[in-house]
Amino acid sequence: MLYSEKVMDHFQNPRNLGKMDDADGVGEVGNAKCGDIMKMYLKIKDGKIEDVKFNTFGCASAIATSSIATEMIKGQKIEDALKLSNKAVVEALDGLPPAKIHCSVLAEQAVKAALKDYYQKNGLELDPAVFGSDCGSNCESCEGCGHEG
Amino acid sequence: MLSTLFKSKKTKRKSGDFMKTVYADNAATTALCPEALDAMVDCLKNNYGNASSLHHMGQEAAAAVLQARRDIADAIGAEVSEIYFTSGGTEADNWAITNAAKLGEKKGKKHIISTTFEHHAVLHTLMKLEKEGFEVTYLDVHEDGYVRLDEFKKALRDDTCLVTIMYANNEIGTVQPISEIGAICKEKGVYFHTDAVQAVGHLPINVKEQNIDMLSFSSHKFHGPKGIGALYCRKGIPLMTFMQGGAQERNKRPGTTNTPAIVATAAALKKSCEDMDKNIAYVSSLRDKLIDTILEVIPRSRVNGGRSPRLPGNVSFCFEGIEGESLLLHLDLKGICGSSGSACTSGSLDPSHVLLALGLPHEIAHGSLRLSLCEYNTEEEIDYIIEELPKIVSMLRDMSPVWERIMKGEEYYAV
Repeated sequence: MLYSEKVMDHFQNPRNLGKMDDADGVGEVGNAKCGDIMKMYLKIKDGKIEDVKFNTFGCASAIATSSIATEMIKGQKIEDALKLSNKAVVEALDGLPPAKIHCSVLAEQAVKAALKDYYQKNGLELDPAVFGSDCGSNCESCEGCGHEG
Repeated sequence: MLSTLFKSKKTKRKSGDFMKTVYADNAATTALCPEALDAMVDCLKNNYGNASSLHHMGQEAAAAVLQARRDIADAIGAEVSEIYFTSGGTEADNWAITNAAKLGEKKGKKHIISTTFEHHAVLHTLMKLEKEGFEVTYLDVHEDGYVRLDEFKKALRDDTCLVTIMYANNEIGTVQPISEIGAICKEKGVYFHTDAVQAVGHLPINVKEQNIDMLSFSSHKFHGPKGIGALYCRKGIPLMTFMQGGAQERNKRPGTTNTPAIVATAAALKKSCEDMDKNIAYVSSLRDKLIDTILEVIPRSRVNGGRSPRLPGNVSFCFEGIEGESLLLHLDLKGICGSSGSACTSGSLDPSHVLLALGLPHEIAHGSLRLSLCEYNTEEEIDYIIEELPKIVSMLRDMSPVWERIMKGEEYYAV
């Protein structure tokens, strides 16, 4: 089997799937040319992620990584959500095939992009160390995605 | 008895219930037909001698191989001495192209004509030859997946040593004007090879009438076993050995004769040719029903490649706003086996070179789905696909930010 049972579970039963009309932060990453786009919506209250929804265009691992990422940040403080790494996403899914690691990078970036949007909308100061583009991942598999890593 | 094995396949799911399998990936490989299996098992059990051995067991095996070679030659209009068994289509392609290139090189001719959407067995062999100083012209296959004869004629040069153009494309099913190309090649005195892996056993072929000098095919595409194929090489064309070893295949292709696979290939091809007219009519009707209904039911869907002439079993779609691998896996969860040319299924970041050769943007090519049918598929199975496929496409579109943009009328790709 190409994918772990966890990946197949999240692919078949994506958590927090949907859109949000009154989101406090919205982030979209990836591009259609490369075959994956993730869009994440956040509802934030008292510095905590109260609710999260996502939409994804992409392969099974793109859907699964975005799904599990929403689970991992829901109810978390913003500071903790910002610490979500692609590595943690991969681990939570019991691994991904090497060619699919870039999907986990996208999931991490989607969370950060949505939070960045929230910061900007609320005039909060952005810490470049946190929102920087360095995902710390091997970007060979992301070549051509427009991601500056 | 063995024949009953193939009638219907059901897969036990984790939940314990059984799911119907609809096998619609016949361009990838086919189920062995009962005739081939019976021939193979009989050979393995009763005719296991080495066809090169002098004793009676060896001679019995050699006789079976000769009969198979005759049947196969007859099926494509070749002579028995023009058939060389190989491990499959890839080996036959490598062999034919490399051989013709080396023959050309001896005469100072180092130009080859091919197309942009050949199988990798051809493309990668050509790339290797390019590194060795050969020049290759890749003919455009246009939006509809057909080479144009006028462009082909223009591409011919005095130093052209080989034309290699596939008979029918494996992903989009378009059948090329092989007889016309053959006639032109004959007139110009240029060797013509065709990768006919998708066509043999599915379309009527006569290498003599069509002026084909070399033709590759693979047994498992017409209900024969895997790991066996052949190269037809016209008498008079010097054929150099590709590997070193024994004297099998008239000193051209060493390795112990694969008797069971060879007799099974002959049995499968014989059966395919006997039933060809019937199969073409039946499978084409399933194909057309599937294509027509899906195009009508699913908005922003398209069929890849021209509708005619097209392989009887080939259905190739692109659905905007979704990605092929997700579609494929959801179909699989419903028991439907298909394939996709999306990047995620190709193991690279680019969608299939065939879809890109048609000029499709990456964004659309990612949403491709190939369903390849055969005579074992039933009308009920087609109805089942027609029932399930639109639901899956719709569900994936509902969660797709790309589809959201399409619905808002926004541009989502650069043309």
